[in-house]
Amino acid sequence: MQSKLRNLVIAVLLGLTSLPLVVMLISLLLDTVTTTRPGSLVPDRFTLDAWQFLWSAPPGRPSIWITTFNTIVFAGCSTLLLLAVSSTAGYALARLNVPFRKFFLAGVLVMHAFPTVTLIIAIFLILQMIGLYNHIGGVILAKTALDLPLGIWIMKGFYDTVPWEIEMAGVQDGASRFTVWRKLVLPQIKPGLMALGIFSVISGWSEYILPQVLAPRNDVQVLSVYLAALINNDTHFDFHVFKAVGLFYALPIFVIYLFFQNKLMTIYGGGTKG
Amino acid sequence: MSIRLEHFTKRFGGFVAVPDMNLAVEEGEMLALLGPSGCGKTTTLFAISGILKADGGRIWIGERDVTDLPAQKRNVGVVFQSYALYPHMTAHENIAFPLKLRGIDKAAIDKSVRELARLLEIETLLERRPANMSGGQQQRVALARALIRRPDVLLLDEPLANLDARLRLEMRSEIRRIQRETHTTSILVTHDQVEAMSMCDRIAILDKGEVIQVATPSQMYAQPANRFVASFLGSPPIAYLDAKADTQGMRLTCADVLVPWPVGVGAVEPGSPISVGVRPEAFGPAFPVRLPGRIAAVESHGREMLYAVDLAGGSRLRAIGSGLGQLDQGEPVEWGIDPMKLLIFDRDEVRL
Repeated sequence: MQSKLRNLVIAVLLGLTSLPLVVMLISLLLDTVTTTRPGSLVPDRFTLDAWQFLWSAPPGRPSIWITTFNTIVFAGCSTLLLLAVSSTAGYALARLNVPFRKFFLAGVLVMHAFPTVTLIIAIFLILQMIGLYNHIGGVILAKTALDLPLGIWIMKGFYDTVPWEIEMAGVQDGASRFTVWRKLVLPQIKPGLMALGIFSVISGWSEYILPQVLAPRNDVQVLSVYLAALINNDTHFDFHVFKAVGLFYALPIFVIYLFFQNKLMTIYGGGTKG
Repeated sequence: MSIRLEHFTKRFGGFVAVPDMNLAVEEGEMLALLGPSGCGKTTTLFAISGILKADGGRIWIGERDVTDLPAQKRNVGVVFQSYALYPHMTAHENIAFPLKLRGIDKAAIDKSVRELARLLEIETLLERRPANMSGGQQQRVALARALIRRPDVLLLDEPLANLDARLRLEMRSEIRRIQRETHTTSILVTHDQVEAMSMCDRIAILDKGEVIQVATPSQMYAQPANRFVASFLGSPPIAYLDAKADTQGMRLTCADVLVPWPVGVGAVEPGSPISVGVRPEAFGPAFPVRLPGRIAAVESHGREMLYAVDLAGGSRLRAIGSGLGQLDQGEPVEWGIDPMKLLIFDRDEVRL
């Protein structure tokens, strides 16, 4: 009885505190398909004007689909690259007798805590020097590099949970060290790869500073930059369009999060149980 | 195939785990490496398997010097204490893995997996994953995986340590049966003397990285090389009485009794201190050299009774047997020791 009462109290409190969020979400949705007269709170007309960006690019702006494609390429490639490097480097740091292992481990930790924004000017200069400024490849490289310390550290944590005996058994069975890693160890840390991958996709999708600084040109723009340009446009500012694009931009993240939230939790749990 | 270690040395940093070991295992034999934890037995095993590199000496398998060969090329099967089955593979895939690596075609692999599964009585488990198997079943799968490529040598690292008491008994004879049927030269690492004695042809007893004695179980029990070996073998363990050598025999310190020398014990300088090892079966009401004492502890083993007796001089002896009668703690007794079965050690703990 008492626990029921307590649950009720908790539910009411949670409901009250989340109410503003719900109201905001609903008004966001409504605003993208309606117009409201100035001074009024109640919408008066249904319209799809705000969603026009989907089929016709406004003058001087890139098409939303090119931008979306760029965003997918950006998030996808940086994720693949991150997974490839983290899974190998994490293994090397966890299991192989590499020279300077301690130094690399400490370096990874320090880099992990380093405020990356301070590096952006250096990265800008480097990319310009090697000709990757305003190139999607350049941002991908920068993004991956900055995410690597976290990725390597997480993967190392997962590798540490795989028993040594499994590797010994593999070697004894006649497998090379690479086969042991590929066929025996990697399958054990699948939940970790999965979680890191989702984490990286979400992070790449929402990345703003790097593409804004390193690849602002129209044909390589990503959605976050596109969205920011809308709000910076002083001559032609439209809140409804801004909200519609924002919704379009956020939707995939919602979906990913809804489907994969369990997997994502393993990163923070750190165990191998998926 | 036979295994030979010649002056094998292994160091971990500054710590010398195995200083200089010589050991030979005959073809088809099962040898136990027995010793307390930290005595270097697992180190030796892993050096033979190739997982650890020897720091000195040579290792021979048959006529092949494998000292510098990597583990992959030694053709040694290992059963790990934790079984180390691959959790994402079924039993069938686990057992097939070593053959798959060699690029043998699927049908042939399947045939030999099923053949071996029949020998190990795990045919019904082949589609299961390790998580869905009991400890004993995992053990059999691990054994099958080690045997599938017909290894020259089979190495078992405490294979029974993770099993419960009943399964341990069953697997003891199972491992022995399979080892005999496949005629594979094997080394078993264990700290359990019962396992070593019941499963193996010969035992090599290790202490601090050195081989103390290599002998058959019964030889080692009856004629231990020194006090360490005598103490390690036998349950309940051997007990010791202090004594001094005399011309006619040994004079026990605790009771001032003269015990004649057992047969085969050489001349000892009169007056030198010795210690007399009394196994539980050499102490009881029926033996001639009487020693007064008091029952200190009673343990019923069902078929047999185990008594600990505190002697008047302060030492404690143990007796085990079914004909000892029902006695209570604190009761005075005057039992004897069997002078023919005593083990005599000099002051350096070497058996005389």
